[in-house]
Amino acid sequence: MSDYSVSAHEAFGPPVSVKKRGTFLESLHAWVVTVDHKRLGILYILYSTFFLLVAGAEALLMRLQLAYPHNQLLSPQVYNRFFTMHGTTMVFLVGMPFLFGFGNYIVPLQIGARDMAFPRLNAFSFWLTAFGGLLLYYSFLGGGGLYGVGNAPDVGWFAYAPLTARSFSPGHATDYWALALIVSGFGTLGTAVNIIATIVSMRCKGMTLMRMPLFTWLFLVVSMLTLVTITPLTAAQFMLLIDRYLGGHFFDTQAGGSSLVWIHFFWIFGHPEVYVLVMPAFAIANEVIPVFCRKAIFGYPAMVAASVGIMFVSLGVWAHHMFTVGMTSVSNAFFTLSTMLVGVPTGIKIFNWIATLWGGRIRFTTPMLFCIGFLFQFLIAGLTGIMLSVSPWDWQLHNSYFVIAHFHYVLVGAVVFCIFAALYFWYPKATGKLMDETLGKWHFWLFTIGFHITFDTMHFLGLLGMPRSIYTYQPDRGWNFLNLIVSIGGVIQGIAVLIFAFNFVRSYFRGKIAGDDPWDAWTLEWTTSSPPPAYNFEQTPEVHSRRPLWDLKHPDDPDWEYEA
Amino acid sequence: MSLKAPLFAQGKTPSTLAPASTAAHQIFDLSIFVVTITGAIFLAVGGLLATALYKFRARRSDPMIEPAQIYGSTQIELAWTVVPILIVVVLFLTTARIIFAIQDAPKPPGALDVTAIGHQFWWEFRYPKYGIVTANELHIPVSPELAPKPTFLKLTSADVNHSFWIPQLAGKTDLIANHVNTMWLAPQKSGLFLGQCAQFCGSQHAMMLLRVYVDTPEQFDAWIKNQQRSGRQDAQVAAGRKVFETQACMNCHAVAGTAAAGRFGPDLTHLMSRATLASGAMDNTPENLRQWIKAPDTFKQSALMPAMQLNDEQLDQVTAYLLTLK
Ligand code: HEM
Ligand SMILES: [Cu+2]
Repeated sequence: MSDYSVSAHEAFGPPVSVKKRGTFLESLHAWVVTVDHKRLGILYILYSTFFLLVAGAEALLMRLQLAYPHNQLLSPQVYNRFFTMHGTTMVFLVGMPFLFGFGNYIVPLQIGARDMAFPRLNAFSFWLTAFGGLLLYYSFLGGGGLYGVGNAPDVGWFAYAPLTARSFSPGHATDYWALALIVSGFGTLGTAVNIIATIVSMRCKGMTLMRMPLFTWLFLVVSMLTLVTITPLTAAQFMLLIDRYLGGHFFDTQAGGSSLVWIHFFWIFGHPEVYVLVMPAFAIANEVIPVFCRKAIFGYPAMVAASVGIMFVSLGVWAHHMFTVGMTSVSNAFFTLSTMLVGVPTGIKIFNWIATLWGGRIRFTTPMLFCIGFLFQFLIAGLTGIMLSVSPWDWQLHNSYFVIAHFHYVLVGAVVFCIFAALYFWYPKATGKLMDETLGKWHFWLFTIGFHITFDTMHFLGLLGMPRSIYTYQPDRGWNFLNLIVSIGGVIQGIAVLIFAFNFVRSYFRGKIAGDDPWDAWTLEWTTSSPPPAYNFEQTPEVHSRRPLWDLKHPDDPDWEYEA
Repeated sequence: MSLKAPLFAQGKTPSTLAPASTAAHQIFDLSIFVVTITGAIFLAVGGLLATALYKFRARRSDPMIEPAQIYGSTQIELAWTVVPILIVVVLFLTTARIIFAIQDAPKPPGALDVTAIGHQFWWEFRYPKYGIVTANELHIPVSPELAPKPTFLKLTSADVNHSFWIPQLAGKTDLIANHVNTMWLAPQKSGLFLGQCAQFCGSQHAMMLLRVYVDTPEQFDAWIKNQQRSGRQDAQVAAGRKVFETQACMNCHAVAGTAAAGRFGPDLTHLMSRATLASGAMDNTPENLRQWIKAPDTFKQSALMPAMQLNDEQLDQVTAYLLTLK
């Protein structure tokens, strides 16, 4: 507890000797004005964990609505708003802020820096992102003017034109949607620039690019990818607002505009966005897996090359979301090939993780369990991704529940699982306390079981012809039983997340004291105290290999002798 | 209520696993090939992963020393780069063949042309050669392998994007305003096939259902003949027709052979030849019809038809009139 009240002062300057607790208002103020990367990281994490619960509740309500046909729990409008808000929230207010917040916390520590390159920009970015989220949720109140309570956007997170034109989406809900993403997008851009600058210019002595932890490498790659993907999204949002308010005709089909222009812009952003979300998950797995099998990562240079490869290939595959819009056969074949090619660097990663495990001493701690879940689920997601890249088959599977299953295997099975792994793994660093392992294992097993019940079943619903985005279905379609199963899985996942939330809060007050390096790990963040002091290091460290703490612990057998 | 309905997939399921047309069969065969390859990969890689986890789990009895550190191996890594590339080549070549076979299939002389137009939230079908306009239920002839008679669809939209999807007959194709897409159906057996709009198109996207009747040649000819007759004029229902023509129904709906030529809503010329109302939202019964005109919201909230302000007598009359539109 008291660890934090000390750092209330740290935001303003070097550690002060006063070890007295401030009043609540003082410490609140200190959090609001902080420019310390660790505090901002924690703010991001709390912010996105809150929205995880909100968007999770929306998902649960949707699943209850679909538990049996012709259910009337949610009206069609409310259902459509929920699925729009659920998707938008999970991508923009949960996934990205969590991962960037995490990067914010860890990257400077891992490269031996005292803060981010631009601490004030860092704070500004966080508050922009937070304001974007506020704006999006304010639409529940303000979408139809303050009086039209319950008017959140209902156009899908992909918001295809011309459904978003003023003639089809009157009121302000769609405006809130566009503005919220513009604002939080600027925040994300600021963070991306900041992370790149930090990694390029703030590494400690001896940390060459090829000695950087893979976690940091992936954040470098992801930040670069973010710069080139948020830009077209922001441009598209501005075009949409110009259409809606200034009489532009980019997407307005009634005035000769084209829906396809939106679709291209959206997916030029939207596809790489998936990699923006999943590569930080790789980053987390790259730290957790080696530590809990006690081995150096296998094939470090190949892992770096594969990440950069994925970044480039991911920019050339967006039209695999468009196999049904009527492209030529040559275009369909081209995007089939480019999409399948992503499988190669991704495969290298999976093989290298398995090779890392091979010959190790594997400890099944909670963070490791979540990473193992990630490996299996990401394998499945990759293979269903290959299926979807086969464009003739995609003509069947596109916009069906099969697609929902596929991308939830990526976004939940990989990203959320790694988010949980990261929370259990670095919680002791940030709080000085360990999270409870027994509760952690309950959380893991319930969540994993619920996850597979829900999302595996959805593959079959898709094959049986159930489209996505429908608030109800006819009872004679043969989908009833499977939908009930899916909903039950959703409830199990909900219970698991509550266990996690309980553990998360309780461990803060009651958790076991962690010490500086509870997992016997190897990267620089574990050399600092838990939680780390302001400005991280009393003396900036110097490194000679990829695993500085290994060298310290094994002076007789240091790493740098072997590194390629 | 609805839990009484069959639990498992049955006859009416629009399953992609029960293909009934040339293209759907090609896609199905391709999918089996892809599943075989990806399934093998899953077993191999998943098996390797499970083995690693089992074999190298830490036991309490193990000595507390670090295992041997292995930093990589160029040969092994090269192998697992090259093998996936080969698999991709095989998958791609097989896929490309099917893409070209389906998308670039030539149009035989005997093919039927139909234009499908998506509306929020219903379907319009036009048969230019026969001068027929109908809604929500598409009739096409069966296309036996020896004497193929495929149907070539031109697809477009009157408003937002929609997507035409009858899983048993073909993959989906989007309907986009200012843009014409094409697809073809060559069903090999007759019967009713279900599908629905597959691109979110607004509040009642879920109730934009679609029925395709694949008719035998005789059935199809009979259906065409019936659709070509213009609306029946029956003295007994003149009152209802008057209501239809004076109470704004005709602003949106057309009935061939009368003054009603609205195009915003479905063509009602042969309304009674259809099994459902409002794009499958309910069965086409006299009672449902009456209820729909009075309050479309009870079946299909925010459908774009307004509740018509008719008194009971007018309602009875207009319903009686509609019932004659066979
Ligand atoms: C008393 C006058 C009217 C009558 C008797 C009438 C009758 C019907 C019927 C029977 C249907 C179902 C057609 C089918 O499923 O094949 C229908 C649907 C429809 N009507 Fe009307 N209608 C009337 C007025 C209007 C008006 C004034 C409008 C336009 C403002 C309109 C717009 C529509 C639309 C858009 C649909 C399709 C709804 C959907 O399936 O989503 N109707 N109408
Ligand atoms: Cu539609």
